[in-house]
Amino acid sequence: MTIQANVATGDKANDAIIPGTKYEILETARRQVLEDGIGLTESQLVEVLELPDEALPAALQLSHEVRLRHCGEDVEVEGIISIKTGGCPEDCHFCSQSGLFDSPVRGVWLDIPELVKAAKETAATGATEFCIVAAVRGPDIKLMNQIKFAIDRINEAVDINIACSLGMLTQRQVDQLAEWGVHRYNHNLETARSYFPEVVTTHSYEERLDTCNMVKAAGMELCCGALIGMGESLEQRAELAAQLAALEPHEVPLNFLNPRPGTPLENQGIMDGKDALRAIAAFRLAMPRTVLRYAGGRELTLGDLGTREGLLGGINAVIVGNYLTTLGRPATADLNLLVELNMPIKELQKTL
Amino acid sequence: MNGVSFPNRSTTGVSTGSTTAEFCGHCGEPSDGGARPTSDVHRRCGERLAMEPPRYCAACRRRMKVQVTPLGWSAECSRHGVLVP
Ligand code: SF4
Ligand SMILES: [Zn+2]
Ligand SMILES: [Zn+2]
Repeated sequence: MTIQANVATGDKANDAIIPGTKYEILETARRQVLEDGIGLTESQLVEVLELPDEALPAALQLSHEVRLRHCGEDVEVEGIISIKTGGCPEDCHFCSQSGLFDSPVRGVWLDIPELVKAAKETAATGATEFCIVAAVRGPDIKLMNQIKFAIDRINEAVDINIACSLGMLTQRQVDQLAEWGVHRYNHNLETARSYFPEVVTTHSYEERLDTCNMVKAAGMELCCGALIGMGESLEQRAELAAQLAALEPHEVPLNFLNPRPGTPLENQGIMDGKDALRAIAAFRLAMPRTVLRYAGGRELTLGDLGTREGLLGGINAVIVGNYLTTLGRPATADLNLLVELNMPIKELQKTL
Repeated sequence: MNGVSFPNRSTTGVSTGSTTAEFCGHCGEPSDGGARPTSDVHRRCGERLAMEPPRYCAACRRRMKVQVTPLGWSAECSRHGVLVP
């Protein structure tokens, strides 16, 4: 009898996961997100993140449909570069550029001719965005002057949108960047508010939000990203997606932790690829209209196959080539993949 | 910039073939030098070096000044010059 009872239960469980089975949260999302354009709530996102592996193809398919319906078929390609690497006074526990950890990354400044050369090379890949990044708490006058100079030299040499990521800004700095033609500013939330104190102690979530809000108010596009796989719970991952959605950023770069030697998170395991794909689906279902960009760590977490699945599961932008301190897939691998998937690269619409 | 070159040392991991690699470019620990089978520790380092530039000079173990751009990278040792992919 006991055995029979167990068998019966097993059959029931199996019934729930046969292909084609409807998952209620996906049915809801189809109406709410795809048809009505309203992102999922935090509690709904938890349901997506808890979907079984068998439901993953359906979730990714729906996210892909949402992306096509609300963003179109274009993929936005961006290159990023570090103008000032290492020696940052902040203590973000995932970051090899913090000067507070025993990381092998040395402090170094890129000179402007190299920067212009990189902008040209980036534009030649078809990229429309070039993001200049500095490992700082916030810019000082020297950095602001360098940025102004860099923007002018790049604009003389090549047609590409210039974005910046220079840490926390004052109102005056926000206004200056906007005036100089920086059309997008990156400042990440990184993780959920409830997990943030575990990861960063030298500044607060509020300070991050302040910069994000000033950037938006000044008319620049806000690029506000996530870094997942740092040991946060699924609930916190959903919380992060909901907190990002509330900010309504133009773009969300999605990073997966690549544990860096010498940092407090160096022994954190690499995130499971299926969890990463569930997160991609969830982020798209939270933010139907946002540019959702593949950023760092995807090579490790997802590999070639996962990269393709994500592009067919809600992602509609990529960072092409290398990152700030680590290497990406060859640019040609991503560009060829876009051709193969029949996804056109978004063309430059320079807003000056 | 004094021109000493280490051809392809970085992208292929700790071993430099016939040239001398005293130290692992990834972790900075003494290299196996290719004489013995590569240890498990440095085999992982070799895998990592496909996905990130070397941080330590293979000749002297100094930390290098590394610059990464979207389509390339360079690593400079103050004693042994600039290394590119
Ligand atoms: S502020 Fe940026 S560069 Fe500095 S430690 Fe944090 S993530 Fe790294
Ligand atoms: Zn090593
Ligand atoms: Zn050296």
